Amino acid sequence: MRDSGKGATRRSAPAVGDWGRSTAGPPRGPGSRAASRLAANGRVLLLAAACLAMAAPFLWMAATSLMSQLEVFSSGRLLPQTPLWSNYPDALTAQPFARYFVNSLIFAAAVVAGQVATATTAGYAFARFDFPGRDRVFMLFLATMMVPAVIVLIPRFLMIDALGWIDSYQGLISTELVSVWGIFLMRQYFRTLPRELEDAARVDGAGPWRIFWSVGLPLAKPAVATLALFAFIDAWKNFLWPLLVTRSMEMRVVEVGIAAFHSTYEINWPYQMAAGVVAVLPIAILFLFTQRYFVRGIQLEGIR
Amino acid sequence: MGGGFRRFGAARFVRWGRREAGFVSRAAQGVVLRGVEKRFGDVTAVDAVDLEVRAGELMVLVGPSGCGKSTMLRLIAGLEEPTAGEVWIGGRCVDEVAPGDRDVAMVFQSYALYPHMTVAQNLGFGLRVRGAGREEIAERVGRTADLLGLEELLSRRPGQLSGGQQQRVALGRAMARDPGVFLFDEPLSNLDAGLRLRTRDEIAALHQRLGTTMIFVTHDQVEALSLGQRVAVMDRGRLQQVGTPDEIYRLPGNLFVAGFVGSPPINRLELARDREGRLAGGPFQFAEDREFGAATLGVRPEDLALGGVAGGADGTRDVAAGARDGAAGTRDGGAGRRGRLARARGRSDFEATVLRVEALGSEQRVHLDGPGEAGWVARVPPALQVAAGDRVGVSVAWERTHLFGPDGSRVGAAPGPGGAVS
Repeated sequence: MRDSGKGATRRSAPAVGDWGRSTAGPPRGPGSRAASRLAANGRVLLLAAACLAMAAPFLWMAATSLMSQLEVFSSGRLLPQTPLWSNYPDALTAQPFARYFVNSLIFAAAVVAGQVATATTAGYAFARFDFPGRDRVFMLFLATMMVPAVIVLIPRFLMIDALGWIDSYQGLISTELVSVWGIFLMRQYFRTLPRELEDAARVDGAGPWRIFWSVGLPLAKPAVATLALFAFIDAWKNFLWPLLVTRSMEMRVVEVGIAAFHSTYEINWPYQMAAGVVAVLPIAILFLFTQRYFVRGIQLEGIR
Repeated sequence: MGGGFRRFGAARFVRWGRREAGFVSRAAQGVVLRGVEKRFGDVTAVDAVDLEVRAGELMVLVGPSGCGKSTMLRLIAGLEEPTAGEVWIGGRCVDEVAPGDRDVAMVFQSYALYPHMTVAQNLGFGLRVRGAGREEIAERVGRTADLLGLEELLSRRPGQLSGGQQQRVALGRAMARDPGVFLFDEPLSNLDAGLRLRTRDEIAALHQRLGTTMIFVTHDQVEALSLGQRVAVMDRGRLQQVGTPDEIYRLPGNLFVAGFVGSPPINRLELARDREGRLAGGPFQFAEDREFGAATLGVRPEDLALGGVAGGADGTRDVAAGARDGAAGTRDGGAGRRGRLARARGRSDFEATVLRVEALGSEQRVHLDGPGEAGWVARVPPALQVAAGDRVGVSVAWERTHLFGPDGSRVGAAPGPGGAVS
């Protein structure tokens, strides 16, 4: 009696991750077991198809980067007949890509530093300090996320132009230093930290800055990592703003450089794809080490 | 707990107390609250509290959850600002003083250890914030760790410690700073029963050795009575009574204190004026001439004694005391079985039927169906032979009873059995 009772409990509440495996339930007929296996296989197939759909453009990019100009347009070719590795050095020397990479790196690093600095401080203030109109100001911040970026592109450009910062690092970077999404992310995270920790620090004699720096910030590392990661990627793949605000080859970033293959060399697909592969590499490598922060960020992506 | 715990004994406190150890606390600070009030919106958490904690005293604030005792502690620490009133620590008003400058240290219920710091860093944080030198920090951390048996844990993080070890680190963090006042916010509530008892004893020993003022908040009345030199009972934001554990127990100032302190809780009976103008309730009638229309009678379970029933005509079994029956529980203790029963028969104040008997080893709790509708509980010696269904005569130690006026405050002991009817 007892055992069957237990079995019933297990049946009604399968363990998490117990994807329809038949071990937990009562003995089922061969038909139902086959059905559950089919369901599992179907799920795998579906996910595999989705993976392929996501990866296909990248694989095609990689394949095209090793083809000759002629081969690209020959019908039905998905893979190069003989990989043309020389496309890589040729593409990267056709334009000053070393300089572009340095620019991209400076741009992305500055944006990361700026967004982390502004988002952590503002997020902490919104989460922990009581000041008049706090929640209204915060709502106002959030409301700006509803404004499409393109709408503020021209005003931003005019401001930077008025400051005489066109084609300079400060012009490139200054408008990207604050991320409302980042502030939101940090505020939410700081709110989850136990208040008693901060109380303990206050009794220990720490002031607001000290508490932020020694207690709040170190504990917010996971959120800071997520923010930094997304800020880096956003800056790295940013195309429109650098295109607008930079003019000289010296100030160009990688993304703009890749696009330049269109005009300068007509449309050199293999070169463009080769440069594209190289541009994607840092992000891909980053992803390998920071997967979990990606997941956390994507969970919060909905409000971006 | 590991070896560290065992080594954390009285001998260590002796060392702590020695002057050459350099750890004798600076002068203990008294704490005074004057008309302190704290409101959160419409809710009054602390209502016009006047309280004086003497320098070097171990005061326990006790009350049910939500009574404002933790808020009081936070007001003293400076983590909350009073809506009205003043907080004085060591003879100065600290209303404008930041928590870190009040010379207080606090042990939190959750311990609130900094999870990203090692035990050593946790212990030294308060000193580091105050700008103490590296050597001084190392020395004080080392000494605190030595005293609390934390040496082997110094490089670990709080997440790698057991609950008891974390509690110890939290205590150490407070001690390392050598404050004038220790504040404890239910620090034992997350420990299991055994560890809880031991830690309670250790805190008491620590207080004896350090001589520092300690204010200890708990919702556990047993903890309060056993630990506090004085106990402040709170309810709904108001201070109900302040006194020694003995005063609180024997002379509860009001009905709330009487009901809150003591386990099982005090037996109650509502009394009202009858037609003859006498205060009466259940089987009792009192010649009480004080001017109130209604009152509540309170009798502690140990102030009831059970005896046999007078004239068990229907063959009701007599309750008989066993050979080990002592003085407690029977007012006629010491007399032989026969004599005791006879006297109990003569004196019993009311009769009741036993509903249930809880045998706890050291005592029995006998649930009775009277005298009021709610029924009373008597605490009797374990050897007393009594079983559910027995009809018993119950006598009351009237001089130890309590009579509470209509506003709930104690007016004295009930006048006694002279007026009892049954």
